[in-house]
Amino acid sequence: MTDLQMSALSLYLTGGALVVVTLAFGFFTAAFISTRDIAAAESLELVTVGAPNTGGLVGPKATTTHVSSTNRSALWANIGVSLAWLQTVLLVASVITRGLANHRWPLGNMYEFAVFGACAVSIGFSVLNSRTDITWLGSLIAGFVLVDLGAAIVMFIDKAGETAPLVPALKSYWLAIHVTAAVLSTGGFTLAAGASMAYLVVERANSDREQGKPETGFVHWAAKRLPSLERLDALAYRVHAFIFPLWTFAVIAGAIWARQAWDRYWGWDPKETWSFVIWVMYAAYMHARATAGWKGRKAAWLSVWGFATVLFNFFVVNIFFVGLHSYSGVGN
Amino acid sequence: MVTFMNTVTVWLRWSWRTLTSMRTALLLLMLLAIAAVPGSIFPQRGTDDIRVQRYIANHGTYATVLDRLGFFHVYASPWFAAIYLLLLVSLVGCVVPRAMEHGKAMKAQPPLAPKNLERLPAHRRIDAVVTAPIEAAIAHLRSKRFRVRVAEDKTWVSAEKGYLRETGNLVFHLALVLLVITIAVGKTTGAQGKMVLVEGQGFTNQLAQYDDFRSGVFFDRSSMVPFTLKLTKFDVAFQRTGSERGAPAKFDAHVNVQDSFGGPVRSQIIRVNHPLGAGGSQVFLTSHGYALHFTVRDSAGQTVWSDSAVFAPEGANMLSRGVVKAPDAKPQLGFQGIFAPSGMVDPTKGLFSSFPDADAPLLFMGAFTGDLGLDQGIPQNVFTLDASKMKRLGIQPLRVGDKWTLPDKEGSITFDGVYRWASFVVSTDRSEVWVLSSALLAVVGLLLSLFIPRRRVFLRIADEGVLLGGLHKSGADTLTTDLDSLSASLTVGSRERPDTTPDMTSDTQNLSDVPAPPRAEELS
Repeated sequence: MTDLQMSALSLYLTGGALVVVTLAFGFFTAAFISTRDIAAAESLELVTVGAPNTGGLVGPKATTTHVSSTNRSALWANIGVSLAWLQTVLLVASVITRGLANHRWPLGNMYEFAVFGACAVSIGFSVLNSRTDITWLGSLIAGFVLVDLGAAIVMFIDKAGETAPLVPALKSYWLAIHVTAAVLSTGGFTLAAGASMAYLVVERANSDREQGKPETGFVHWAAKRLPSLERLDALAYRVHAFIFPLWTFAVIAGAIWARQAWDRYWGWDPKETWSFVIWVMYAAYMHARATAGWKGRKAAWLSVWGFATVLFNFFVVNIFFVGLHSYSGVGN
Repeated sequence: MVTFMNTVTVWLRWSWRTLTSMRTALLLLMLLAIAAVPGSIFPQRGTDDIRVQRYIANHGTYATVLDRLGFFHVYASPWFAAIYLLLLVSLVGCVVPRAMEHGKAMKAQPPLAPKNLERLPAHRRIDAVVTAPIEAAIAHLRSKRFRVRVAEDKTWVSAEKGYLRETGNLVFHLALVLLVITIAVGKTTGAQGKMVLVEGQGFTNQLAQYDDFRSGVFFDRSSMVPFTLKLTKFDVAFQRTGSERGAPAKFDAHVNVQDSFGGPVRSQIIRVNHPLGAGGSQVFLTSHGYALHFTVRDSAGQTVWSDSAVFAPEGANMLSRGVVKAPDAKPQLGFQGIFAPSGMVDPTKGLFSSFPDADAPLLFMGAFTGDLGLDQGIPQNVFTLDASKMKRLGIQPLRVGDKWTLPDKEGSITFDGVYRWASFVVSTDRSEVWVLSSALLAVVGLLLSLFIPRRRVFLRIADEGVLLGGLHKSGADTLTTDLDSLSASLTVGSRERPDTTPDMTSDTQNLSDVPAPPRAEELS
């Protein structure tokens, strides 16, 4: 197979992943919508059991509906999980074939960052989901991957259609180390932010309930389908605890490389500045989680804002800021 | 007076406590993140002085105010320094007492066992217990490297493990302080010099030979090793096919280095990503361009210039601009040129370059005669010509080898050839290895503080059996494993089943940041 054919194959694999993740998004969303509201269902069953005089029609029928919808929800979630695995495999294959086609580590421009990032999020989601059920996060994550791959194909593709050699500044094994760590961290931060956003939804619903406000609207609808606050907080913290050291390492590796390539280890290049901002935001999250008055809602907000800086660093700084990290392969 | 002193003491104590509190640290962290942002939005002095000047020129008063406030030099501004210095003081003020606390805890025995183990988050009962359970438990826990304490009446055992968690946490924070200190040492004792070499030119590591030299206040100039470096050839290649056509593919600066006078000469290649070590410094390749060689003769036929002029490249295809000043000519001669390495002439755009490599060098040269304005001793930009007191003689396209006889018998200029120049930075920073070590130490500390579970295991003799209980500050799974293996070692016959398993919800507390471990009294 020639390099060009390999490169084309890689693109087809990315396209295939885009189709699969679209389906996964649909199934995860359907599963989420049809998730049985556990608390309401339980109370309904109690009513049915406690009031057999209703003619035996309304109660059992309602219960049956719920049971079947639960089964349907589980089925759809399972299909979503299978599709997520398929999408993960396709993306891994896309990254590998891209590397083979170009004879280098496949992290040289925005298209490649975006695909690698989608790959990292997919692996993270699928592996984590096999350990603890996070299918409720499925549609958010699939939606993110969908947008990310869409951007890769629509916005960043122009220079990705053929074999793309690297400029001399990027010819270093630190590319593989630094950028891989950075993109994997981005994937992890995505998962963590998903958990924190879910936390904020449930927290809002709970505080509304405590204040006796009407339990209507999206927040309450979604909160009924999400795990408990404690579980969400624990999940978010666990992912952050893995990713924060990885991000720290990515920044250090970047500094070592900067010393090789640009004659200094730190020079407040926009990308360096934003990496620092991200680090500080997540450091604040880690501390907030253990500080009275900050744990819970405020810590979750820090996680979400931290993720906003991550996205800003990737999409905005790479494309619009003047700096040394100007290899995005977009614009000119 | 006494009350006043008291007030001051109270106030100072309050300030210190507030400064070293976690809330303040959190606010400072967020402030630091926000304060760093303007430096990525506005051009910064020291990184891009030209853009700063242009920005100020284009934005008037608004930019002048920003300049006064330090927005063009954010990371050296007093307010940025104030934030990180306060943060460091807050950090030290928080970490040092904790370190002493932890030092004591490392020497102290585990706490007393709580009276009621069944109130602990993880607990279980063993009825079919081995004989001498206390001794068996001690042996088991010691083999698992727990620190063990036994009641004098041998009715309970208390054991603790995972002290490395807090150690790692302290190491992480102290390594950050060390990182800032080593960076500061490097900045104040280091130096950076820049210079441009045309192919064939050499340079000695001395202050006077740099175009630009910046050093820290404690930099020792006498420590500069006088190595020499000669650029023999600058080898460049660009992508010739594909969508990346014109992108750089290779920059190799071939140099001859002599580490000391009369010493052996070594041939080296300096590339991007491959700096050269010489005389305790590192030599980096930073940029490159074209240097054009000219011979200029004045009206009397005297050769008044025979040298290379450095041309500054603009844009991807390296259209370059440069000047030649011949003050010794009578009258003085000045030339202003636009050089296209792959030159083409468009009827509307004029001269442009179609490719960055020197495929078809073409130069448009403008000639001037008169007063160059050099005699007043005012420093001039080497890339611009002040033609205000000069007469324009004309403009002429030139290719390599062409000689242009100037109008009015003012002399001639010959375009002898195209060479390349490379610019280098010589950087001296002896603290680098310590900066890196501090950063790596911080990572090690961070990993320990996040992944070493700290937990306590207790055993109490209860009627006809024993009670086990456990507490964890993180890592419920590890505690379960600990209790499983302990109870297995104490049970006669079949392994019992845990009656409670800590769930994930009890893992939410990251106690690495809570000052003191919960004491046994609080639990009983």
